[in-house]
Formats: sequence, C-alpha cells, structure tokens
Amino acid sequence: MARKPDAKPNVSKDDLLKYYREMLLIRRFEEKAGQLYGMGLIGGFCHLYIGQEAVVVGLEAATKAGDKRVTSYRDHGHMLACGMDPKGVMAELTGRSGGYSKGKGGSMHMFSKEKHFYGGHGIVGAQVPLGAGLAFADKYLGNDNVTFTYFGDGAANQGQVYETYNMAELWALPVIFVIENNGYAMGTSVKRSTKSTTLFGRGLAYGIPGEQVDGMDVLAVKAAGEKAVAHCRAGNGPYILEMMTYRYRGHSMSDPAKYRTREEVEKIKTEKDCIEHVRDLLIQAGLASDEELKAIDKDIKAIVNESAEFAKESPEPDLSELWTDITV
Amino acid sequence: MATEILMPALSPTMEEGTLAKWLVKVGDTVKSGQILAEIETDKATMEFEAVDEGIVGKLLIAEGTAGVKVNTPIAVLVEDGESMSAAPAPAASPAALAVPAPAALESRAEARPIPVATRGWPHADLPEGPTKTMTVREALREAMAEEMRADPTVFLMGEEVGEYQGAYKISQGLLDEFGPRRVVDTPITEMGFAGIGVGASWGGLKPIVEFMTFNFSMQAIDHILNSAAKTLYMSGGQMGSPMVFRGPNGAAARVGAQHSQDYSAWYAAIPGLRVCIPYSAADAKGLLKTAIRDPNPVIFLENEIMYGRSFEVPVDPDFTVPFGKASILREGKDVTIVSFGIGCAHALAAAEELAKDGISAEVINLRTLRPIDYDTVLASVMKTNRCVTVEEGFPVGSIGDHIASTIMQRAFDHLDAPVITCTGKDVPMPYAANLEKYALITPAEVVSAVKSVCYR
Repeated sequence: MARKPDAKPNVSKDDLLKYYREMLLIRRFEEKAGQLYGMGLIGGFCHLYIGQEAVVVGLEAATKAGDKRVTSYRDHGHMLACGMDPKGVMAELTGRSGGYSKGKGGSMHMFSKEKHFYGGHGIVGAQVPLGAGLAFADKYLGNDNVTFTYFGDGAANQGQVYETYNMAELWALPVIFVIENNGYAMGTSVKRSTKSTTLFGRGLAYGIPGEQVDGMDVLAVKAAGEKAVAHCRAGNGPYILEMMTYRYRGHSMSDPAKYRTREEVEKIKTEKDCIEHVRDLLIQAGLASDEELKAIDKDIKAIVNESAEFAKESPEPDLSELWTDITV
Repeated sequence: MATEILMPALSPTMEEGTLAKWLVKVGDTVKSGQILAEIETDKATMEFEAVDEGIVGKLLIAEGTAGVKVNTPIAVLVEDGESMSAAPAPAASPAALAVPAPAALESRAEARPIPVATRGWPHADLPEGPTKTMTVREALREAMAEEMRADPTVFLMGEEVGEYQGAYKISQGLLDEFGPRRVVDTPITEMGFAGIGVGASWGGLKPIVEFMTFNFSMQAIDHILNSAAKTLYMSGGQMGSPMVFRGPNGAAARVGAQHSQDYSAWYAAIPGLRVCIPYSAADAKGLLKTAIRDPNPVIFLENEIMYGRSFEVPVDPDFTVPFGKASILREGKDVTIVSFGIGCAHALAAAEELAKDGISAEVINLRTLRPIDYDTVLASVMKTNRCVTVEEGFPVGSIGDHIASTIMQRAFDHLDAPVITCTGKDVPMPYAANLEKYALITPAEVVSAVKSVCYR
C-alpha cells in the first residue's frame, strides 16, 4: 500500500522542511549510535528508533511550551524531537560526564526538566502512570499543559496501563496516551500477544476516546496530535492515539530480529518510509530542490558527527560521582 | 433466662471502645438483627446488632462511656414475663453472646500484650517545653494537617482516605478541611496510584501516598524502587521524587500471613529512599513533618497496634524529629537494646523486667532506618559492651543483622559477648492466636537474650 504523495500538502514549506530536518536528525543520530555501539563505545542496552521518527516529530509539532513527555527505554528520538542537545544525549550513551545524567543513567535513563522530558524508563509500562501523574500535577496546579505518555504495543498488555486509564478518565487528567504500535514487543508480534489487536479500542471500556493513526505519515500524526491536544486542553480528560509504525532495526542492538522476514522490512522501507515521504512531498510540490535537501543532509551529518566527537572526548565521570545524587 | 450482652470486639486490634449511643431502652423488645447501640472503635463508629431476642432488662453501661473493655457486660436481656431483677448471673452463657466466643477474644488479647510505657524514666528524647498527651493516630493526622496548611502542593491520596475518613481514621477530618482536590480517594489500584503519585512529585507536587497497609505496597514496589528511589541518581541530580509513602506496617492482630509482614529491612536496603519507623506519638508527628518536607522519597512505616497508644508530644508547632538521629528511651549501663517501631515497646518492657534482676539496660529507638544513627548505637555499645537487637521482622537479612555486623566491624574490641538479634520467627504469620503469639517477638525473649549476653 504505497502512499501517494499529496502534491499540494496543506502545510507550509518551512514546516515541511522542519519535519524533514528533525526526522533526519533522529535517523542519522541513531545510525551513528549503532556505529558507536559496534565500536564498543556504547554499552549495555541500546534501543534504536529508526523507522518511527514521524511519531515524535509529528506530535512535537502539536505541542506548546510547558507540555510534558515521558516514554520508555526507546527514547533517543523523543529527546531529540523535544529539543534536547544531541551532544548531551550521545555523551550519555557513551557514559560520559557530559551526558544528560552525567553518565549515570545511560541510554534508557535520561531526563531534562528544562525541556519537560521525564524519561527514559526501563520497566515496560511504568511510564504510563508516571505520565498520568505529571498530568495530575498540571491539573492540580491549574494550568493547561498536557502530558504525552508514550508506550509500545508490548506495554499495552501491562496491567498498570489499565489502572491508569481508569483513574485518568475518572479524574479527567490532561494526558495523551500514545501507543507506538511497531508490531513487535521485542520478538513477539501483536497477533501473538493478544486477540484484541486494535489497541486504542481498549480505552473505550474506560470511556477514553481514541483513534488509529498512520504513524509513518508525519502530517497525519500532527493532525491527530492537534485533535488530541484540543480534547485534553479543553478539560475533557485523556485521549489515546495508536500510532501504526515500524522499527527497522531489532528490539535492541543484540536482537537479530529473526521473527520477521527481510521482505517485510524492505517493503515498509520502500513504501512507507517517513523521511522519504516528506522528501517526495517537498520535491514534487516544488517546495525544495535536491540541492537544498542535500545541504540539510550535510548539516545534519555535521551535527551528528559533532555529537559523536563530544561523546568520545567528554571524560568519564569522576569516581566521586558514584556517591552523589542518591538523596538531596 | 437472662442473657448478658457483652462489649463486642469490632476490629482486629480493638481492646476497648466507647459506648457512643444506646438505640434501645429498658423495656424495649429486641429482635435479632436489631441495632442496639453505636460503638466507637479505634477505627470507626459501628452499629452493634442483637443476636438474641428478648426484652431489655438493664443497661449496664451508660451511653458516652469511654474505655469499655471488650467482653464487659453492657446490657441484660430478659425473657417475656421474667422479672427485671431476676437478671444477671454475671457468668452468662458464652453461647448467648452477641460477639465471637470469649475464649477466642481472651487469647486474642493475650496474643498481643503490647506494654504501654506510662511512667518512669524521663522523656530523654523530647526537647524542653510543654507537651500534651495524644495518640499516635492523632499525631500523624496533626502532622499531615499542619504540613498541608503550610504547603499547598502537599496532598494525600489513597484508598478510603477521604469520604470514608481513613481505613484507620488517620485522615479523619482532612477531607472536610482540605477538600477533594487535596484529599484524593483512589480506586483499589496500588500500582497505578503509586505511579501517579511519583509522576505528580515530578510535576511539582508533594504527594503523601497512603497504603491501607504496607502489605499492599508489594503491588506498587516497582514504582517505589525503580521510579521514585532511583530517579535522582539516574537523572544526574536533575530531578528527584519529593513524596511520602505511608501506612501501617507489620503485624496487627490475627489478620493472617498476607496482612502481617514487617517491611523495615526491605525498604531500608534501598539507596535513594529515606525510611522512618516511629515508636511514640512524638516520633510519629516529628518524623512525619520532616518526611513531608524532605525532598526525597520517604517510606513511613506505621503500626496499627500503636495507633491508639498515647504519649506526650511537644506542643511547639515547629517540633520536628530529624532523620538519622536515634533517641535513647532509657539509659542504662549493662547492655544496649537497639530497636525501632513497636519493637521499642518490647524492649522497654524487657528493660523494666531486667531492672528487677539488677540488670541496667539502655534502650535505643533508631527512629529512622535509612539513614541509621550508627554513632548513637556504637557509643552505647562501647559503654555497655553488650548488645541485643529487637524487631518483629523476619530473621534473615534483618535490621538486627546489619546492626550486629556494623558493631562487629566498628566496635569488635568493645564487645564482651556476641550480639543477639531478637526477631520474629522465620515463618509466615499464622492465624491461630497461640501460634501468632509464638511467631512474634516478646519481652520475655528479649529478657532471655539480654541475660544470655550478660552471662546471667
């Protein structure tokens, strides 16, 4: 089901170029992270976001200052999309003092109070009540911020998600539950996990509206995000967006992804790639030339290389750091 | 034949109650199931129903009477035509009671002989100044109310904290004063609301999350450890979780294995947490105020048996108890007894018993288990050269084990005997009254341990 690029998208050239740039940054950053992992500079678990870039970029386009986000361990894309510094993220991946958590968090555990990014959580599903709690605080404090709570199709089978749905609707919390349905919970496909494969529909049992969205189309994502945000900001309680997306790489760096065929991956890459989609829109509508896009590519490459250099050169944390930040 | 109606036990820990109101009067005909009286327990005001039928011959206890012991005769039923004066042979048939069989009640009461420290040694742990008598329950409530008045970001959430007025009446009246925005009733969903509490703490609030008992915190322990305790570290110091998880911990009375566990050693093991375990009402108030103000996640372990106990509490509204500072409940020179929470009651009772045998025991109340006040313990052991620890938790990996190991590493040359750790037994809590009593630590066992380390 190849997508037909709309020759006249209802979006400005600047916006399209912005999405292109942001999605490309995530992809190139993740490719570099994979490379550094192969070189032994990044250790432990490293979960790449390649393929899913349109989800965070499209939703960030629907936010305003003060809105919050919280996600799982597949978090690099979310951090870059909300404006966190690629240098600080990459240096955290290499476990260096210049990282967002001074090297003490790692790939799965980064935070930025300044950018309202609340992690970075390694326990599948735990971020769901945490996100509702952030929304609880905003409602308590009487502002109109919303919290984007991202989780995967795997987390969607955790009990605490439904405990949270129940309370979020009961208390009309301004939280948007974003299910990034990439088809696989590590190696187990959605169909092998549940008979109830339309994941957003489970919210209906609690009275929470929601919808499925083409998560490979940044414009569709943005439009759905704006609808959900309007619902939340108006005090109507939570909303569920089930983003139909796909990860090109394995679950983590050590996953050979034998549970799906090469053809399946190639088909998505050829027909649905979110970056190629925007590139086609720009070119076919005559909004950007090949040269302009090449210049952006070059620019992104420089930013990513700079972050990698920083991540290699930033010193390891001082041993005294072992004992700091345990309690205030 | 006349039937005595006895004061009923209406909660697992009730030993006495207030006969708040009679709903029948002498001469009334009573049917089975009819409400006879309202009785105020340590938890709530309960309606007390008749089991037997008859005519009310006498009301033995006037309404409004407080401190009526369980099993005290409170009224007499007579049969139609029977003379009122024909009434009570005080040893009425147990089968006629409107309450569980008295044998069970007696052994239940006997099962938890928690001594009340009423007098004697000065309150070495209290600052100078006037005090007032209050229960642990009142102290906890007052601490929460004062801190909620002082800081609008402090709120309470949990099961039955609001409209029900608290499963153990700790939050009684708070809904009326602070409203449903700040006293939040949750569904029965510990994992969910613990996680929401942690998220709210990151969003600028200071949640007090009440677990109806800490047994239910097992449903939520992932958020306590992985979400609350570790975030400050994982964020490189950017953001922590300023909040309190509180509720009753440890054994109550006859509530069985799943509702009778002491989690002191579990939570004390986790870096990133603070762990408080008050003994007295002053501890409860002073520590809870400190806990609410503290920028870290605090585990606050209360004890249902202690809720109704009264102690002196400073009236100074600025009175707080610092973390990491033990109190010396009783000074002594022959042996150091280290305890915390309800264990202090056992330790004090043992110390009094030991004094009769000429053994002078120093009783230390740790008050916080993270951090632990090692200095006070070590200084005492260096003086007495002997140590016994007392707690209700399981023996393996106990707080006592940790104290013993610390003393061995830091004061070995001062020891005249091995440290003995008195703990609960290494078994799930049994229900049977005699077995429960045997499973828990008792003052007699502490006395025996002290005599052993004193070679007496």
